[in-house]
Amino acid sequence: MSSDTLAIAATNAGPHAVLQAEARWRWSEIAFWLATLLPFVLTPDYLVLASQVAIAALFVLSLDLILGFSGIVSLGHAAYFGFGAYTAGVVSVHGWGEPLSGLAIAGAASGILGYITSFIIARFRHLALIMITLGLGLLLQEAANAASWLTGGFDGLQGIHTWKLFGRIEFDLYGYAAYSYALAVLFIVFLAARRIIHSPFGLALRGIRENGARMPAIGASTDAHIRTIYTIAAVIAGLAGALLAQTTETVSLEALGFQRSADVLVMLILGGTGRLYGGLIGAAVYMVARDQFSGLNPQFWYFWIGLLLIGVVMFLPAGILGGLASLAERVAALLPRKARRASAP
Amino acid sequence: MLSVLGMLFDGVAYGMLLFLMSVGLSVTLGMMNFVNLAHCSFAMLGGYVAVTLMNDAGWPFFATLPVAFVAAAAASVLLERVFFRRFYRAGELAQCLLTIGIVFVSIAAAAYIYGTDQQPVHLPSYLQGSLHVAGLGFAVYRLVLIGIALAITILLVVTVEATRFGAQVRAAVNNQRMARGLGIDVDTLFAITFALGSGLAGLGGALAIAMLGLDPSFALTYLIYVLIVVSVGGLGSITGSFAAAMLLGVADMAGKYYIPAFGSILIYVVMLAMIMWRPTGLFGRR
Amino acid sequence: MSMAGAAAAATALSTRGVNKRFGSLVVAADVELDLPAGVRYALIGPNGAGKTTLINLITGMLRPDGGRILLGADDITALPPDQRVHRGLVRTYQINSLFPHLSALESVTLAVCERRAVAGTWWRPLTAYRDEVDEAYAILGTLNLAAVSHRPTRELAYGQQRLLEIALALAARPKVLLLDEPAAGVPRDESNELFAAIAGLSRDITVLFIEHDMELVFRFASRIIVMVGGRVLTEGTPAEIAADERVRAVYLGERKRGVGSVR
Repeated sequence: MSSDTLAIAATNAGPHAVLQAEARWRWSEIAFWLATLLPFVLTPDYLVLASQVAIAALFVLSLDLILGFSGIVSLGHAAYFGFGAYTAGVVSVHGWGEPLSGLAIAGAASGILGYITSFIIARFRHLALIMITLGLGLLLQEAANAASWLTGGFDGLQGIHTWKLFGRIEFDLYGYAAYSYALAVLFIVFLAARRIIHSPFGLALRGIRENGARMPAIGASTDAHIRTIYTIAAVIAGLAGALLAQTTETVSLEALGFQRSADVLVMLILGGTGRLYGGLIGAAVYMVARDQFSGLNPQFWYFWIGLLLIGVVMFLPAGILGGLASLAERVAALLPRKARRASAP
Repeated sequence: MLSVLGMLFDGVAYGMLLFLMSVGLSVTLGMMNFVNLAHCSFAMLGGYVAVTLMNDAGWPFFATLPVAFVAAAAASVLLERVFFRRFYRAGELAQCLLTIGIVFVSIAAAAYIYGTDQQPVHLPSYLQGSLHVAGLGFAVYRLVLIGIALAITILLVVTVEATRFGAQVRAAVNNQRMARGLGIDVDTLFAITFALGSGLAGLGGALAIAMLGLDPSFALTYLIYVLIVVSVGGLGSITGSFAAAMLLGVADMAGKYYIPAFGSILIYVVMLAMIMWRPTGLFGRR
Repeated sequence: MSMAGAAAAATALSTRGVNKRFGSLVVAADVELDLPAGVRYALIGPNGAGKTTLINLITGMLRPDGGRILLGADDITALPPDQRVHRGLVRTYQINSLFPHLSALESVTLAVCERRAVAGTWWRPLTAYRDEVDEAYAILGTLNLAAVSHRPTRELAYGQQRLLEIALALAARPKVLLLDEPAAGVPRDESNELFAAIAGLSRDITVLFIEHDMELVFRFASRIIVMVGGRVLTEGTPAEIAADERVRAVYLGERKRGVGSVR
């Protein structure tokens, strides 16, 4: 919202109006979610890809909560994604393939892992924190490799079979069920994330990101806040991993790997951190592009991604959404003076 | 007992390589707080330069080493000029992302030019084989490797402790603002140190081919180890890097010798424990 | 007499033998303070005397090498900084330490929510917390910031940002308020509001402020503490301090300038 519109709201109706205006659903958001239904109609052959995009978007959402909103740089977030994937997979392999309960179990398991590790994460900053997140991710991957009796090791987990959703809808090759399922989970979790962002806790997170040193001086227990959001983010990442396991019926070690942690970071930066929708858009752009270029040698893919990363960091540091936002501001500034003066108090 | 000595020998050789590849990153991180995840790309570059000169141009092994050093140093100067210097105040996230991007590009370029297979290396005959002492075989190459690395270490320590340049480096690592206030040209100092550190990494990469192999994933695989050395040893500390590199080299070898399935896990657990115990590293100060 | 005795016994903040050194640099040596409730104290001293360090030690940002810190009758030496704030020990910063992209209203509301321990609730929207927002808005009103409360902090004028520093502190309902050079960097024409705000602080709050601006010091302080080289040199009323030769020699400068700001 521009400063001028906020000024009107403040002078007319007091402080509450401003905060309410911030939290209200914008038409662009509604349009976005309606647009997510388009693949059913416009591109029914690509529903499997669409489900992959939704899963990636969910994963990026979880990273945005800790990185974009709270300022925690993690190079090992895939640990929770992979942990959720393996949990859902192992549960299925051992005979229970019901998707929704499997999803819940995986989310809970990742949440517990996240809670335990959050005690370590909350105590460190800067390089030490980066190294710890990296180390935890690598450690978990090695442990999964070593526990091949449980995880299938290098060959991956075999024998996952996902039962019908609600006992009725079958997961087939066309992806109809997969996309509906993934999209529904994404939307529900998004609603929760949006709630978090507009809660007092969300304000506290922004405070930590803006000036972590000041927070104790206003009575905030920064450690407790970080532990909470980190656990929540781990749950969400675990849900995304479980969705992957259930819809593709495979899980392999790369679900826990550095490449996946780096990919999700790229998607978030591409779309723009700290905006919730940035991550979703970044995931969509990245996954669609990867699909388009999938015929290419993997070397070329990482060449272009590397170049993209450098480009985004140098020229578009706020990502696509940030770039669009500043573009919109500049266009608004070009509006004729009369129109602007009329809207100012 | 004998196998322990053999393991220690291999571990020390590995540790020396890690030291050469890490010391540059430790000092530049300590000086400018710039998180350069592309550091091992310079090592990889040194390796590929050495391999190309040996295999395609028929150069003798020792002649390729200085070229590897210079090539890596030159590449780092270029990257520093064009990219890195804009990000000194940009925060860790931006630096990580920028340098990860550079790593990806370097890996892709290496794969494109050289393919994804291990690079063959043909050591000259006088470097092959082992020296037998008291019933133990010490690979000649690794002995030479340790010798070269020790010589460089001594050179580094002497430079840092006894020269004016070294004193300026120590001052800048200790307190950058104060150093500037004293009239030290920290920017040029950093550029020189960065080039030297990257050159050393390139040299390490060239020396590593015969022991660790070389393929495009080198830049990422050994980045992890280098980061462990730097964060456990302490930013800006040559002694710290040396100690941590030796520790890691021997620990990794021990893991490979005695518990191959769990070796890496042990490394990561020890690393996590050390960083949690001493977040600024064993010899670090920040 | 008994009433005076009772009043004197209500010490709001005290330190006992607080020591701190960094290597060979001693920044605090055997600092003993006793601040009775409700009194306005000024802490003065040359640059590098250890005044801000003392505040960092008292608030828990720095851990002392030795000594104790007491808030009222409670020993708070082992408490983390945020717990001390909840007990009523609050500070402001010499260089603004604010939340650049949060609006003034959001910043103060956050502080109020932290005080009320609701900042951890992530399932209810902020707009449901009307009382907290109202309280934040009222605090901003007393500091004449209500009109700009919706603006992001980085868009505020420097003087307004200094006032926001104080607003954040007030949101924590302090019993003891430590102000670190509240007027630092504020141009003369913006400082009236600042002075009024400090004058308007409730008599229930014990205030200790670090200042170099002697006008502020002599105007608002009923007692002055002088620190040099990590030690307390002396303490007394403004008249006593102004007449003290040692203080003059160390800090106040030439006599013929009289009372003016020493920068």
